[in-house]
Amino acid sequence: MTAIDPTAHLTAEQIEELGRELDAIRDEVIAGRGEKDAAYIRKVIAAQRKLELVSRGVLLFSSFPPAWLIGTAGLSVAKIMDNMEIGHNVLHGQWDWMRDPKIHSTTWEWDHVSPSEQWKHSHNELHHTYTNVIGKDNDLGYGIMRVDEDQKWHPVHLGQPLWNLINACFFEYGIAAYDLELGKNLEKRRRKSPEFRARAKAVGRKIRKQVLKDYVIHPLLSGPSFLPTLGATFTANLVRNIWSHSVIMCGHFPEGVQVFERRSIKGETRGQWYLRQMMGSANISGSKAMHFMTGNLSHQIEHHLFPDLPSNRYAEVAVKVRALFEKYELEYVTGPLPKQVFSAWHKVFRLSLPNKKPKVTTPHRERELVAA
Amino acid sequence: MVTTPLLPSDYLDLASPLRAGADLRGRIEAVHPETGDAATIVIRPGRDWRGHTAGQYVRVGVDVDGVRLWRAYSLTSPTHRRDGRVTITVKAIPDGKVSNHLVRRAKPGTLIQLDQPTGDFVLPRAKPAKVLYLTGGSGITPVMGMLRDSEFDDAVMIHCAPRPQDVIFRDELHGLVADKKLRLTEVHTDTDGMLDIARLDELVPDWTERETWACGPAGLLDAAEEHWNEHGVQERLHTERFRPSIVVAGDGGEVTFSATGTSVDADGATPLLDVGEEAGVLMPSGCRMGICFGCVTPLKAGAVRDLRTGEITEADPGVLIQTCVSAAAGPCDIER
Repeated sequence: MTAIDPTAHLTAEQIEELGRELDAIRDEVIAGRGEKDAAYIRKVIAAQRKLELVSRGVLLFSSFPPAWLIGTAGLSVAKIMDNMEIGHNVLHGQWDWMRDPKIHSTTWEWDHVSPSEQWKHSHNELHHTYTNVIGKDNDLGYGIMRVDEDQKWHPVHLGQPLWNLINACFFEYGIAAYDLELGKNLEKRRRKSPEFRARAKAVGRKIRKQVLKDYVIHPLLSGPSFLPTLGATFTANLVRNIWSHSVIMCGHFPEGVQVFERRSIKGETRGQWYLRQMMGSANISGSKAMHFMTGNLSHQIEHHLFPDLPSNRYAEVAVKVRALFEKYELEYVTGPLPKQVFSAWHKVFRLSLPNKKPKVTTPHRERELVAA
Repeated sequence: MVTTPLLPSDYLDLASPLRAGADLRGRIEAVHPETGDAATIVIRPGRDWRGHTAGQYVRVGVDVDGVRLWRAYSLTSPTHRRDGRVTITVKAIPDGKVSNHLVRRAKPGTLIQLDQPTGDFVLPRAKPAKVLYLTGGSGITPVMGMLRDSEFDDAVMIHCAPRPQDVIFRDELHGLVADKKLRLTEVHTDTDGMLDIARLDELVPDWTERETWACGPAGLLDAAEEHWNEHGVQERLHTERFRPSIVVAGDGGEVTFSATGTSVDADGATPLLDVGEEAGVLMPSGCRMGICFGCVTPLKAGAVRDLRTGEITEADPGVLIQTCVSAAAGPCDIER
């Protein structure tokens, strides 16, 4: 490794102390969870449903251009709310403590072509456990991109800016394929395994329902506004997909975020796991509205440290987490959305070409692990 | 198809949560204090409410500090209230999360969850000629439901409470006495001591001839059951216990995986996921560190301890636990 490890100045004891301090932050939020938080998520869910109803209602008259605009904008926001602040966070179990069977990670289904069950496995389990570990966390480049200097360059990578753009536009399908581990499973023997077939079937069913609702039933209900409604729904899905793709790219791709070697996580302690989450994630700075529309994934660092804390608490947690970054002299990667999106895209472009020799901008953490 | 992945009811609930076809709920319409620590909650039940029989109870799901908790309370309203509302009467017990919330903090307008009424602590169709009610504390509540519902020619009640002001429904009971519909003996345990069941002969000489409904603290019911047995009239005694099993949170215990019929002893430090896997039960699992919620499983009975926070979770319908970070806190039953 040519780069410097930005955590090299920390001793093993300091890392464990850091872990204890983070645990204390977590415990404090859990002890204080209550009525206000429950009221918050219920309010958001009710608002999302009302906004969707009203928007779809307006779209019944979408041959009238202002109605098209208002309906499309409303539906886009409703879909973003469903996926980000509600779906992503409910499926993380952030609201399971309420014991409300209707707002629970085991029962929630979202407005997305990937069935919740499959997404929970690839996202909650694989991505959140093995965050940014090359070869373990497929969120790094989604298996279709080269995202680190150490990955071998191949001429096929020249096309990755284009793949990334296509993936952004049809992001929910990309995620569904990714959750299915389609690339790996298209191999003949795996394609036939009953387990894969059952999962592929579930995705097929979900896609069929989603497409039927968005592109057949609602346009039909609009009667003479069939085509404008169809266009409006397509646009809303496109807006939602590009938005969530952008937000998610900002979480782990911007410059300054680190990736890790497989062997670096062997025998990882709790403190080391926390440290990896801190160094492997990046935030987006901005207004309250920005945090809300990103589903609080603008607090990606805090989310990765505490994926099961209610999202409305990340803002207050962030202040304490940031203080720990300063205390331990670590870089807290954050910036406004345009800057972070540019940074992530810049990397996609840069790594589509072979490495320019000595310059390496993404440092690696390669820790000497003390055998326990 | 119009609303996938949600159901039309998810949208209808926004406007009309008590409509026919919705999950059964109720709306609190009023809270009337009864004593210093008891209150009657007036509830408008959803349209699918099937109605109750006097003496029955209803399970209610109340959100306390954002957490939905279920408890059972006796219905105290007569069965055919004209306005369609029903009441439960709740006594705040020390450290009782739900009872204290309902008595002291519940606000009109709040939605609560309901089950259909149930329970066999009820009056028979054929009216018995002579009736005895033996009650203690909040054990009066199912009996009040009976008293408000039907009259008997000869009804006697012995009610135990610490002090006169602790007697729930005291004015109404004394009204019944004044109307000669009830003969009442109040035992004030702070001054009189606990009711000695042997005094029954003196208080109600013909008690063996009476159909008896008893509800109250376990000590009172145990003594009554023994007494009625001794006299060979146990078929005349009907009892209702409010808390049939009390969970004692300990450290480790026997873990039953009821779906597979496996039982093993577990210590208080080993995650139940490991305990299950060790015992050959097919357990769902994920990150094994408490973050992915891939291992959540229903806890059917008993209690578990969160290994990270030490927090105890007791079994309740709908309670799911993360088996990778929970250990047995006493005997428990995991649905696997």
